[in-house]
Amino acid sequence: MDDFDFGVIIQSLPFLWEGLQLSLWLTFLAIVGGIALGTLLALARLSGILPLSLLAAGYVNLIRSVPLILVIFWFYFLVPLVLGRPIGGFYSALIAFVLFEAAYYSEIMRAGIQSVRQGQVFAGKATGLNYWQIQRFVVLPQAFRNMIPILVTQGIILFQDTSLVFVVSLRDFMTASSIVARTEGRLVEMYLFAAVVYFVICFAGSLYVRRLKSRMAT
Amino acid sequence: MDYNWNWGVLFEEEYLGWLISGFWWTIAVALCAWCIAIVVGSLVGIGRTVPNRFIRAISGTYVELFRNVPLLVQMFIWYFAVPELVPDDWGRWMKRDMPNPEFTTAVIALALYTASRVAEQVRAGIETVPEGLNAAAKAHGLSVAQTYRHILLPISFRLIVPPLTSEFLTVFKNSSLALTIGLLELTAQSQQIAEYTFQGFEAFTAATVIYVCIALVATVISQSLERYTAIPGFVGKEA
Repeated sequence: MDDFDFGVIIQSLPFLWEGLQLSLWLTFLAIVGGIALGTLLALARLSGILPLSLLAAGYVNLIRSVPLILVIFWFYFLVPLVLGRPIGGFYSALIAFVLFEAAYYSEIMRAGIQSVRQGQVFAGKATGLNYWQIQRFVVLPQAFRNMIPILVTQGIILFQDTSLVFVVSLRDFMTASSIVARTEGRLVEMYLFAAVVYFVICFAGSLYVRRLKSRMAT
Repeated sequence: MDYNWNWGVLFEEEYLGWLISGFWWTIAVALCAWCIAIVVGSLVGIGRTVPNRFIRAISGTYVELFRNVPLLVQMFIWYFAVPELVPDDWGRWMKRDMPNPEFTTAVIALALYTASRVAEQVRAGIETVPEGLNAAAKAHGLSVAQTYRHILLPISFRLIVPPLTSEFLTVFKNSSLALTIGLLELTAQSQQIAEYTFQGFEAFTAATVIYVCIALVATVISQSLERYTAIPGFVGKEA
């Protein structure tokens, strides 16, 4: 372990930065899409309409029992086939992430919705609100607030998960690091650097979650 | 949608053999990693709750380090970087003579990563045990080790069976990352079948069905374990 060359990192910073931007952008879009779809799934599951709740439960349990890499492979194969034309790796990956993470977000939102006391729903009904109004104005705002720390934690996990687009060579931060690592023959430096970058971002995120939690406790 | 269905491809001898071998690699990686993760994770989790500040700091660092770096990066570091970072003799052994390098590396990476998550569950379990029991143990003159051995651990390990169940399922899913360092486990085999035969739909369906079956079996086993270990009428203190 004599000759390490950390200069290679500085040289390739612009390239790595592009990769990191893709990772962050993918994370952001997948969080937004995942929470939206996840909330709908949670509402379907708690709707009391049997076929709807069974369908939602089936979807969530199916997705939660397969690995993300397999889901990514699925959509890389399926999306161009269904649409009849290639739409690029990024959108295939995005669809895979939204559909995958929605299953996890729906479990969080389900717990959030259940944490809102039943009396509030009755009060909403008594004031003459319909189902969607109760969800929109009474239940969901509180469910979101109660679940913010867990939603953010899941976001951090999602950010780590985006590194898996490596398996389809989409050029995110991980793939960019590994391209540099291979072309420059600097595997040790680049992978340690990647670890540091991911660590700093995720650790900062988890410190933020800790602060959110303590602020909510008071 | 143009697609030529051919489910028969899954039962051609070569490809069926790939699936079966992939299945066993997935099981082997997951179970080996899980056994190590339980041991390491328990030690680290206990370490986070002991009075000794130094041990607490080390355990805390372990958890933060392994939880905040993606498993894929950890896999690569164990596979590509560690042999260069250890003393030369060891590195040479790891690169040349270590039996089954992909398997061993995948198990170590997955185990140490999972251990950080197990540790968090163990810590939460210990912290859920009511304060009064700890105080009572002290009042009886039990040492710290005795308190853990006779009071805290027997209760907390029974409490954390349900959350550990979901970690157990996660290990099987995460074992798919072994494909990134070249281990041909289930997901890798299905991808390979898809590439060789262009029957992606059939290949991925087969892998999906097998994963679902693994999850079902693991759930059934864990649920009976949960029933067996549940503490009747136990109410922990508010977390």
